[in-house]
Amino acid sequence: MNKVWLIIQREFLIRVRKRSFLIATILVPLLVPTILGGLIYIAVKEADSAKPDKVMVLDESGQFNLDSTKNTKRFHFMPLQIPLEQAKKVYNETKDFAFLYVPQFDINKPEGLVIYTQENPSIEKIGDLESILQDRVRDLKLQEYKIDKEVLKNLKTKINLKQINLSKSGEEKSSNSGILYGLGFALGIMIYIFVLVYGIQIMQGVIDEKTSKVVEVIVSSVKPFQLMLGKIIGIAGVGVLQFLIWIVLITFLSSSVLGYFGLKMPQKQAMEQVAKKIQDEEVKQAVQQQQNMQVNELLNNLGEIPFAKIAFVFVFYFLGGYLLYGALFAAVGSAVESMQESQQFQFPITIPLLIGYFGLFMFVLRDPHGPVSFWLSIIPFTSPVAMVGLIAYGVADWQLALSMFLLIGGFLFTTWVAGRIYRVGILMTGTKVNWKVMVKWFMLRE
Amino acid sequence: MEALVVKEVSKHYAEHTALDKVSITIPEKTIFGLLGPNGAGKTTLIRIINQIINKDEGEIIIFGEKLKPGHVENIGYLPEERGLYKKMKVGDQLLYLAQLKGLSRKDALAKIKIWLEKFEIKDWWHKKVEDLSKGMAQKVQFISTVLHEPKLIILDEPFSGFDPVNAQLITEKILELKDQGSTIIFSTHRMETVESLCDHIALINKSKKILEGPKKQIKDQYRSNTFIVEHRGNHFSLPSEKYVLKKQVIIEGDLFSTTIQAKEGINGNQVIRDLIDITDVYSFQERLPTMSDIFISLVKGEGDEALKKHLQEA
Repeated sequence: MNKVWLIIQREFLIRVRKRSFLIATILVPLLVPTILGGLIYIAVKEADSAKPDKVMVLDESGQFNLDSTKNTKRFHFMPLQIPLEQAKKVYNETKDFAFLYVPQFDINKPEGLVIYTQENPSIEKIGDLESILQDRVRDLKLQEYKIDKEVLKNLKTKINLKQINLSKSGEEKSSNSGILYGLGFALGIMIYIFVLVYGIQIMQGVIDEKTSKVVEVIVSSVKPFQLMLGKIIGIAGVGVLQFLIWIVLITFLSSSVLGYFGLKMPQKQAMEQVAKKIQDEEVKQAVQQQQNMQVNELLNNLGEIPFAKIAFVFVFYFLGGYLLYGALFAAVGSAVESMQESQQFQFPITIPLLIGYFGLFMFVLRDPHGPVSFWLSIIPFTSPVAMVGLIAYGVADWQLALSMFLLIGGFLFTTWVAGRIYRVGILMTGTKVNWKVMVKWFMLRE
Repeated sequence: MEALVVKEVSKHYAEHTALDKVSITIPEKTIFGLLGPNGAGKTTLIRIINQIINKDEGEIIIFGEKLKPGHVENIGYLPEERGLYKKMKVGDQLLYLAQLKGLSRKDALAKIKIWLEKFEIKDWWHKKVEDLSKGMAQKVQFISTVLHEPKLIILDEPFSGFDPVNAQLITEKILELKDQGSTIIFSTHRMETVESLCDHIALINKSKKILEGPKKQIKDQYRSNTFIVEHRGNHFSLPSEKYVLKKQVIIEGDLFSTTIQAKEGINGNQVIRDLIDITDVYSFQERLPTMSDIFISLVKGEGDEALKKHLQEA
């Protein structure tokens, strides 16, 4: 056991001391939001700064009045007063975005409107133009039916359903499907990515040991199984450390970002209390409270989610899934002599993980309490991804316990299988390996 | 006492038998040559002794005890297919390997220092293995094999990768270790190494041991009473009831070399006596079988008689 500990230490330290570990650990929490933010910023900026498209308009009906007074951010209109054929020619000599032809039409059945363009326009732009025209037709209809625009505006009402889970004990819990979906989605994908990333690290490590031929020296001191176990656990340690650092960094960053956008609760409450004391500002306070309502509710909903439980379940299923697949990756690494050679085996062993990944979108997040979701969350090969997707929605204790128990059984099983292949594989060089050969190794007596 | 006794050890795989009831006795404080062609089963036997793989049948006794997992600490193993962690520093690497062999960190550090000094490579501690030349890496590898002062050292083709100077250095260290009481098992194809270093040998061929014993005794066993005399002037004749003249070649000018086979019961002294009367003897020696001769004939499956014949013809 002492020797396994030595191996764990080495596997852990050589990875943690690498510059790439430091960079990945610090940059990921900084980089991911930065890149996302940057992309959104650029997209918004581009939409803002994009030059409006010029649209020539020949309106034979005379109903739209699309001239420069109707210009929007996206479109500038230029009315023409010439026959259609001539107008088409004129348009073709320009580089304008489009030429809109509006014939005489019945406002109850507008037909025959044509848009001529020189390039294929995006659906989005056509949609925008269509909605401008639709709005105009609607206004015309309102006029015809003699309906006041303001009255119509007042008729519109927006309703947000407040979701409350009524538990058996009668306890009320407000919930938010959007948040739960997002959480399940993020956690499920994280598990999927981490199991793959760290699993491949194990495989890489095993292949390195085999190709550098240090492995025979090592197994003259420890059992092959101990070496495999030490490597798997050591790399798990790297993963857990990386998580911890990420959690700390992300918590710190997000709280400072939220603070920057004024969403931090204590400050709000302080402001409200100040406002309360000053009677004059009663109205102002009411308005502010109204605005805060939605944010408050969101934060309340977030507060209802059992984060500690989710964190525990996440770490458990990360470790369980990692151990289950990690052992298989170790077995593959022991059988091959290069990363390229490992490709043919990598895909088949990750198929169940992939099933869990697709199951997450197709079943778990859509119908969290359906039968397929249940089985996906129970079977050890898919449960790491499925269960963390499910956990935010609430899972019966017995279901969680069964799933955990089976996952433990599952990784003990794959570790045992992998160990039997590994002990033979690491000492084999120059053998053409296929699944049949691996089965033979597995069957070999000790 | 015996350092190692291998009793009727067998190892079978699905398609073939790697070892077939092999028994070998290795006396303490000797250098033991484990010989055999590729695929004979040497590596399998060595791996079994190192408990890397398990035997199917038989028994192994090491220093009077039945082989058990704890014994890996008494064994130093330099595999033929060997290497080190490329990205690890020399010092860290030696420390790690020594600790895996059961040394405490403190002891390991002290011993690494001594060995690095012995090889005059103290300043390599912080060098990564990937920055070392092949010969340099081999030195580190050798140190890692003997660092924990094993009583039994198993060296599989230890000289591959060494230039003659370093091979000499390693040879000296091996002899030093033997003097200090270690038993060394040598697995090699290089017969000149066996000739110069080994006290005992065993020959394995096609999963079976076919020869074992002290080197000198084996050589005596394959003596064929053949002598080579170098002499001036070509022609002489010896009584045919006592000798058979095998071969005569010109060395230089009137210097000739003649191979003579004496009948049984006639020793070297008598041959010289007979020769002195009839020719001008320049040099005289008995044609003893080399390990290479013995190895090749036995592996070819020619049997003892064929070997003797081969030696006479050579």
